[in-house]
Amino acid sequence: MSIAAPEPKANMGRPEPRLDARLKVTGEARYPSDVPVGNPLHAVLVTSAIAKGRLDRLDTEAARAVPGVVEIFTAENTRELKPLEYTPGGGGASTSVQGLGPDIAHDGQIIAMVVAESFEVAREAAYKVKATYAREAPSASFGAAGLDEKPAGKEFPKAGDAAAALSAADVVVDAEYGTPTQHHNPIELFTTTCVWDGEHLTVHEPSQFVYGLKNSVAKRLGIDPAKVRVVSTYIGGAFGSKAQLTPRTPLVALAAKRLGRPVKLVASRDQGFTIATYRAETKHRIRLGARRDGKITAYTHDGREVTSRPDAYKVAGVSDTVRLYDFGTVATSVNVVHADRNTPGFMRSPPVVPYVYALESAMDELAVALGMDPVELRRINDVTKDTVSGKSWSSRSLMKCYDEAAAAFGWSRRTAEPGSMRDGEWLVGWGCATACYPTHMAATTARVRLLPSGEVRVQVAAHDIGTGAYTVIGQTAAERLGVPLAAVTVELGDSDLPPGPVAGGSTTTASTCSAVIKACDAIREKLVRAASTANDGPLAGRSPSDLSFTDGRAVASDGAAESVADVMQRLGTAALEEYAEYIPHGVQQDGIRKLYSGRAAMTGGPHGDKIMYALGAEFVEVRVHARTREVRVPRAVGAFAGGRILNPRTAHSQLMGGMIWGIGSALHEATEIDPREARYVNDNISEYLIPVNADVPRIDVIMVPEEDAEVNPAGVKGLGELGNVGTAAAIANAVYHATGKRIRDLPIRIEDLL
Amino acid sequence: MQPFIYQRAETLEAAAQAAAASRGSHVEAPVQFVAGGTTLLDLMKIDVMRPATVVDINPLQERYGAIATDDKGLRLGALARMAQVADHPSVRRDFPVIAQTLDLAASQQLRNMATLGGNLLQRTRCNYFRDVSWAACNKRNPGSGCAALDGMNRKHAVLGTSDQCIATYPGDFAQALVALDATLEIAGPQGRREIAVQQLHKQPGSTPNIETQLVPGELITAILVPSAPWTRRSLYLKVRDRESYEFALASAAVALDIADGEVREARIALGGVATMPWRAKEAEAALRGRRLDEAAAEAAAEAAFAGAQTHEHNAYKVPLGRRTLVRALLDAARLEIRS
Ligand SMILES: Cc1cc2nc3c(=O)[nH]c(=O)nc-3n(C[C@H](O)[C@H](O)[C@H](O)COP(=O)(O)OP(=O)(O)OC[C@H]3O[C@@H](n4cnc5c(N)ncnc54)[C@H](O)[C@@H]3O)c2cc1C
Ligand code: SF4
Repeated sequence: MSIAAPEPKANMGRPEPRLDARLKVTGEARYPSDVPVGNPLHAVLVTSAIAKGRLDRLDTEAARAVPGVVEIFTAENTRELKPLEYTPGGGGASTSVQGLGPDIAHDGQIIAMVVAESFEVAREAAYKVKATYAREAPSASFGAAGLDEKPAGKEFPKAGDAAAALSAADVVVDAEYGTPTQHHNPIELFTTTCVWDGEHLTVHEPSQFVYGLKNSVAKRLGIDPAKVRVVSTYIGGAFGSKAQLTPRTPLVALAAKRLGRPVKLVASRDQGFTIATYRAETKHRIRLGARRDGKITAYTHDGREVTSRPDAYKVAGVSDTVRLYDFGTVATSVNVVHADRNTPGFMRSPPVVPYVYALESAMDELAVALGMDPVELRRINDVTKDTVSGKSWSSRSLMKCYDEAAAAFGWSRRTAEPGSMRDGEWLVGWGCATACYPTHMAATTARVRLLPSGEVRVQVAAHDIGTGAYTVIGQTAAERLGVPLAAVTVELGDSDLPPGPVAGGSTTTASTCSAVIKACDAIREKLVRAASTANDGPLAGRSPSDLSFTDGRAVASDGAAESVADVMQRLGTAALEEYAEYIPHGVQQDGIRKLYSGRAAMTGGPHGDKIMYALGAEFVEVRVHARTREVRVPRAVGAFAGGRILNPRTAHSQLMGGMIWGIGSALHEATEIDPREARYVNDNISEYLIPVNADVPRIDVIMVPEEDAEVNPAGVKGLGELGNVGTAAAIANAVYHATGKRIRDLPIRIEDLL
Repeated sequence: MQPFIYQRAETLEAAAQAAAASRGSHVEAPVQFVAGGTTLLDLMKIDVMRPATVVDINPLQERYGAIATDDKGLRLGALARMAQVADHPSVRRDFPVIAQTLDLAASQQLRNMATLGGNLLQRTRCNYFRDVSWAACNKRNPGSGCAALDGMNRKHAVLGTSDQCIATYPGDFAQALVALDATLEIAGPQGRREIAVQQLHKQPGSTPNIETQLVPGELITAILVPSAPWTRRSLYLKVRDRESYEFALASAAVALDIADGEVREARIALGGVATMPWRAKEAEAALRGRRLDEAAAEAAAEAAFAGAQTHEHNAYKVPLGRRTLVRALLDAARLEIRS
């Protein structure tokens, strides 16, 4: 065992290496744009240089003159594409802005696509397309003229009389926080390759929801979804940016159809900032009231989020933050602010990243105001019954996480006074914060096939976005059917397979494994019945509950056994195949039908009978140079509880990666927007900073054993979006501890501390 | 990227000749040399530079890529790779500031590829310059205006700016050379000449498109760094948002000759804050003959930034630049120098 492959504790599976690890590190894994297609044409997008106005003229003459250019697609010759309604959920259109003009609604809107014999020719010609605009002054973000601000819904979580409780409180914290625009920047760019075979279209595109993409692209093209196949075997990072239909896909499909050849598009890095979604900037006002003894009596949280002109995308994380503690009273609101921007969308832990950052910063401010240790403040306000709904939790191990992480970190050696832990030229600060992510389950199907040889094949159109889904799904089937992992083949990411959930909301493991368990159990039942009801044979007459499966055999408790091959011969079958549907409690019975038509049906978090969340506690050390004020994070400890851990290796990697992301959120990541033009300025990964290796500290990930039989049959809570929540607050809190300066707007930069 | 003709230059003369017909400023010339390609190819791919001919000077590396030292100083071939120079034991021992400017730049892969000559001539990272969809950029398109003046200018310069351009010179290595009074050997259509590195770059003034005093066809062949009593007590401090793989927000190359507790000579150049590698002579003068304590360092830093001009998002560079210099000076004063 090693740091990367931790020893399993209670309720954890084996730390198996990823099934696709070797393929990926050797370059054998074919990502969608790597899939060879016959004699393709290459497409390059042309995007708008203004954020608002009209395209007056698009001069394509010089571009068409470049030898090798085959066709240029513009608003003129793409009108046959049918508009598709914007849906903030997975699988639908990522934006209402789908046409190539003449109206321009955001910076970097696609206005043309050049198709040529080679990528180089297409790119050269794309630079030669000259657009003339009638520009209007755009509204870029908070504070601009001409914004349109509205409530993001009718009702937001509320409990008791928070205003009265605030005025009666001994101590009140009242503060405003801000988080910046962020872009996913998956290393794999936004690519699409379309191949037609007669009436049948195959789309190779990295996707977090192949059924959604298939149905949506069919609608835009006006064809039967049954004629569309989406293949997305490997995905080079997605983080939410590949969950919807972006305007590029139908364009490429149309081009391939019209030109009678496969067409391949690999959008550039800067285009990725505007042709897909992003995490919009948010603002928060929080008030916390408490008694002297630390008991919180009131929590109010007013959030504001930027969105595009036409689409009211929101994350509204107050519905999660209100669950975190026993608040006494609660009042919340969320507004969306419509600006001239592209439509934002899911980005890893969409609601909780900004909202928990704000709350966990305010919690630290409250601890300071009370003169209380921040861990103790959380302990005093630990919750068993939800403040808003009165529901109880399916399981909650927050304080266990705090205690384990605090011990590993050495928190008891902290001195509370800001600036009191200096080490030479470096000011040292320690901070902590809570991480949480709602446990979501989605309707899904799965097909499992067992051969007499013990070989197993699992098929489901779920997605491995780099998280390890292939591996944990394989482990689940192997365990259930008593075969070695090496005997299991897992097929994902293809809309010709039975539908799987959108890879969003951290649902994949919990949901897909629950469906796989169901299918495996149906196979087991057939085997058990055949073995136990036989007239002869080693297991004849055994009670079904006495039988288990290991090493390709059905085994009774006294050691009697029969091989699966023999049982199957008894059944007279050369294969056992089961298709199962898993509909989580709380999802309507038509959830599976919806899934087939490309709509995700999800439940969980605060929405079920119980409150269901994965939780964690993160501790960080920061060092701030006393003179030049660089902020560095030399170490971090996180302890997390997420129900059953199927594979401690892949879970560790998700949690560690999440914490690294959190460091980026605190100190590095921010998309700059030119306020005059509403255009992204640092739209490249040289200037849009993320942590590099030298910024990644020693990270200790502790997995706290937790059992939860209520969440789903797999007992899994979902970890993919947990580790990056709370980190930024822990760092901001540590920066305060180091310097005495409270920075409330992220990212924290040198200039904030000079 | 526009199509271009690719030529390989096997000799210096061939290189100079291939480029001689070129007109305009060195960076606008239709014939461009390519060495490591880490600046030029990037700018060609994003359509900022559109040379009609690219002359590959890598065949000259054997003759013009060597590192040599003698009593007079250090001689660096312009085609030496950044990594090769950074790893050279004499450079590390006798000119630590040079090794550090190279070590702290870019990434290992880039340092393996990039040459010293190309490094000196790297171009600004101003986002408005590097994205041709922004119409206003006097450096890219003379007379079009400057989008950065009232735009996102957090990383822009505070020293040596003009009302036409405030782009930061991004490199690190040049600061070490400027501080150490290095000179360049140049070969060109008009023959050979030698200039101080300090003379190479120009402030933007009213012609930000003219970045150096090289004329088209001129090739840097070598860098000469004179020996001096201060080269060993030298260092480079680079302050940035993340720990590695980023350009400086502020940096300082300092070299000190200290005897009996007094500064006999100080050499200072600033990076990340100026439009060109910035020699801070006023700061040097403020230190000469003084004990290098906090007050002296601060007085020097004050002098270095006396002429600073800030814009909306980069005012912090003045205090940060000062503090960077103070820290660098105090660190350099504390260095243990073994002979
Ligand atoms: C992602 C990234 C990060 C970077 N980070 C840093 C950093 O932190 N610090 C830093 O200092 N630099 C950094 N750089 C810049 C890098 O150091 C330069 O790109 C590199 O040094 C250029 O050298 P080259 O040989 O590749 O030049 P080329 O790209 O080959 O040439 C650059 C220019 O110089 C001309 N030229 C080249 N050699 C000669 C010569 N001998 N005589 C005359 N003209 C010549 C060319 O015609 C061209 O116009 C970074 C670059 C990248 C891409
Ligand atoms: S600062 Fe210079 S390089 Fe940047 S936009 Fe202005 S003129 Fe162009």
